[in-house]
Amino acid sequence: MKVPLAYIARNLSARKLTTILTAGGMALVVYVFTTVLMLSAGLEKTMVATGRHDNVIVIRRASQTEVQSSVDRSSAAIIESLPEIAAGTDGRKLLSREPVVLINLPKRASGKPANVVIRGVTPAGLELRPQVGIVEGRMFTPGTSEIVAGRSIAEGFQRAGLGESLHFAQRDWRVVGVFDAGHSGFDSEVWGDAEQMMQAFRRQTFSAVVFRLVDPSRFDAVKSTLEADPRLTVEAKRESRFYAEQSEGLARFIDYLGVSISVIFSIGAVIGAMITMYASVASRTGEIGTLRALGFSRGSILAAFLIESLLLGLVGGLAGIFAASLMQALSISTTNFQTFAEVAFSFALTPRIVVDALLFALAMGFVGGFLPAARAARMKIVDALRAA
Amino acid sequence: MFALLVLRNAFRHKLRTTLTIAGIVVAITAFGLLRTIVEAWYAGVDATSSTRLVTRNAISLVFPLPLTYAQKLRQVDGVAAVSWANWFGGVYITERNFFPQFGIDADTYLDMYPEFVIKPEERKAFLVDRNGAIAGRKLANEYGWKIGDRIPIRGTIFPGTWTFTLRAIYDGVDAKTDETQFYFHWKLLNETIKQRYPKRGDQVGVYVVEIRDPTRAAEISQSIDATFRNSLAETLTETEKAFQLGFVSMTEAILVAVQAVSFVVIVIIMAVMANTMAMTARERYAEYATMKALGFGNDYVAWLIFAESLGIALLGGALGIALTFPLAHAFAGAVGTLFPVFNVSARTLAMQVGAAALVGVVAAGVPAWRAARVRIVDGLRAVA
Repeated sequence: MKVPLAYIARNLSARKLTTILTAGGMALVVYVFTTVLMLSAGLEKTMVATGRHDNVIVIRRASQTEVQSSVDRSSAAIIESLPEIAAGTDGRKLLSREPVVLINLPKRASGKPANVVIRGVTPAGLELRPQVGIVEGRMFTPGTSEIVAGRSIAEGFQRAGLGESLHFAQRDWRVVGVFDAGHSGFDSEVWGDAEQMMQAFRRQTFSAVVFRLVDPSRFDAVKSTLEADPRLTVEAKRESRFYAEQSEGLARFIDYLGVSISVIFSIGAVIGAMITMYASVASRTGEIGTLRALGFSRGSILAAFLIESLLLGLVGGLAGIFAASLMQALSISTTNFQTFAEVAFSFALTPRIVVDALLFALAMGFVGGFLPAARAARMKIVDALRAA
Repeated sequence: MFALLVLRNAFRHKLRTTLTIAGIVVAITAFGLLRTIVEAWYAGVDATSSTRLVTRNAISLVFPLPLTYAQKLRQVDGVAAVSWANWFGGVYITERNFFPQFGIDADTYLDMYPEFVIKPEERKAFLVDRNGAIAGRKLANEYGWKIGDRIPIRGTIFPGTWTFTLRAIYDGVDAKTDETQFYFHWKLLNETIKQRYPKRGDQVGVYVVEIRDPTRAAEISQSIDATFRNSLAETLTETEKAFQLGFVSMTEAILVAVQAVSFVVIVIIMAVMANTMAMTARERYAEYATMKALGFGNDYVAWLIFAESLGIALLGGALGIALTFPLAHAFAGAVGTLFPVFNVSARTLAMQVGAAALVGVVAAGVPAWRAARVRIVDGLRAVA
C-alpha cells in the first residue's frame, strides 16, 4: 500500500517558510549549475556556427591561431593550385587569403581595452561565409580604407559603431557597415579589404588561406597533399574543427570551474534538505506510528519521505532553471585566452542542460532525504505512537 | 546564566546543529577559496613596481617595435634604464603545460627585476650560455627540472623546436613574486629569426623602461609616446601596473562571475541557517512564553535567539577558515602553474568572518522578531 501523493505534498505546503528556504537554497545551486552549463554551451554554439564543414583553413604548422600564423604569397599560390577547390559564382576559385591581426580597442562600457580581431577579406572570403550579412549601412568598397564591424564589436567598443572611425596603422578607417554573422565568432571581428590591410600593416605574409572544397569528403586527401608538400610548412584543418578547437580551453575552464563550484555548493543545499527532512520526520513521529499501525509498510514510509524530499528538489530545480532561463537575454564578452582576442557569446539553454539540471536537483533531494526517510522507516510502531 | 542558556539551546538538537555547522563550514571555505582565486588573478598586478613602465606597439601586443627604439628610449628625460622582452608563446611537450616564456635582453632585464633572486654563479652561467635559460622555483619544481637539464619548447610564433639548457633557478623575494616564468636570451631568438626570415629580425615585443622618479611616470609615458608619434610603429606606454591590469580586465567577465558566485554561496547558506533558526524558534514558542510569564523581557528572548544563531555561525565560520588554508594549499598544488601566486590574504579572512557573522545575524532576524512578539497566551497554546 502506498502513501497517497496528496498527503506527501501537503506536508510541504504545511510549513511554508521552511519549504521556501530549503527549496530556495537548492534553487540557487541549480541556478549556478545551469548558468554555467548554458555559458559553455553558448560558447560552443558560437564557435560551431563560425566554421563550415566544407571550408578548409590553412595556417602555418604549429601556429595554433590565425594571428600567430603566416603564409607567404608563394605558398598561397601553391595552395590555390589545388584541383579540389570549389569555384565561386564568378567562376574564380573560392579561396580567400586573409591577413588577421589584433588591435587594442577600449570598450564602450568600461573604457578598458581588449583585443579585437581585424580580418582582411576578399570577395571570395565573403562568399565563403554565407552566414555573414550586412544589417546596417553597406559593405566596404574594395581598395579603400573602409571597414565593416561585427555586431558585438559595433555595440561593445568605442568608435566602432556605424559612421564612426577607428584609427590604426597610421590611417583612419571609416565604419561603413555593421554585419551580423548569425551569432558566430565573426560577430566579434572587424572586416576590411585584404590588400589594404596588408599595405597598412606592412605585412608581407597572409595569416591564413581559406577555401571551399568541391567535395567535403575529400578533406583528408587535401590535407595530406598540403602537409606532404615540401615547399609548404602548413597545416590544414576543417574550418568547423578549427574554430571548435579555438574555444576548447575557455569552454573547458568554464565547465571545470562551474561544475566544481556547483558540487561544493550542493553540499550546503543537501544539508539544508537534510535538516528540513529530519525536522519533518521528528515532528510527525506520531503520524508515522499511526500510518504504520494502519498497515502501511516500512517501504511505503521510506518512499513517502523520499518522495517528499524529491519534491522539494523538484521545486528548487524548476525555480533554478526558470531563473537561469532568463539569462538567455544576456550576452557576455570576454577574452579567449587561446586566441588572445575578444569573443562574444550568449547563454544557451539546451534540452540536455534542462535534463541535467533537473537530475542534479533530484539528486540533491534524494541525498538530503535518504537518511531522514530511513530513520522514519526504522521506527517501531509502539515507540512512535508513545512519542506522540 | 544567559551564556549557559544559549549554549544548552544551541546543542539541544545535536544532529541539526552539527549539520548546520557543517553547511557553514563548506560555505565559508568555498567563499574563501573563491575570493583567493579572484585575488590570485590580480597577483600579476600586485607584484608590479612603480618605477617600471612598459612600452608596446600602440596597435596591439602582437605588433613588435623596432630594436632601434632602445637608443631613443634611453635618451628620454627621466629614464634610468631600458630593457626588452619578446613573448615566445611556446609549448612544452603538450598544450596543457602552460607557462610564460620570454626572450629577454639578459643583462639589463635581470638588473631591472631585483625581486628575482638568483645565485651569482648561476646568473653568470646563464649569461655566458647563449642557449641558457632561467626558470622560476615553482616552475622548476612543477616539472622536476634541475640545473643543466635540456628543455625542448615548440615554438608557435617562432617556428621550430627550441632546446634550452636550464642554467639558473630564481626565487621570489617574497610570496607575491611570480615564480613560474621562463627566460632565455633574446639574442638567440633574434639571430635565429634573422637567419630564417631576414625581415622579421631586430624586433622587440615590449620595452621595459625604468624611471628614476615614480611620481613622473605619467609625464615620462607621454613624452615617450610623443617621441614615436606618426612613426611606422607608434607606441603606447603605461605603468607596469596598468599594463598588467589590462590583462586582468580582458577576462573581467569571468572574474565578475566568480565574484558573484562567491556571494551566492553565502546566500545559499543564509537560507539553510535561517531555516534552522526558524524551526528551532517555532519549536520553542511555548518555552519563550513561559520565560516571559516568569518575567523575562521581550528583548531577552530575542537576544537568546540572536546569540544562538551568531554562535553557531561563528563556530562554523572559524572551522571554515581553519579549513581554507590546507584546501587552498591543495588547490594550488593541483592547478600547478596556472595561478603563479596563490595565498589566502588577511582581507579574505576578514571577509570570511564578516560573512559568517552576517549569516548568523540575518538568520536570526525573523525568528527573533516573532519570538519577541509572541503573546504569552498564544505561545503557551502553540504546538510545534
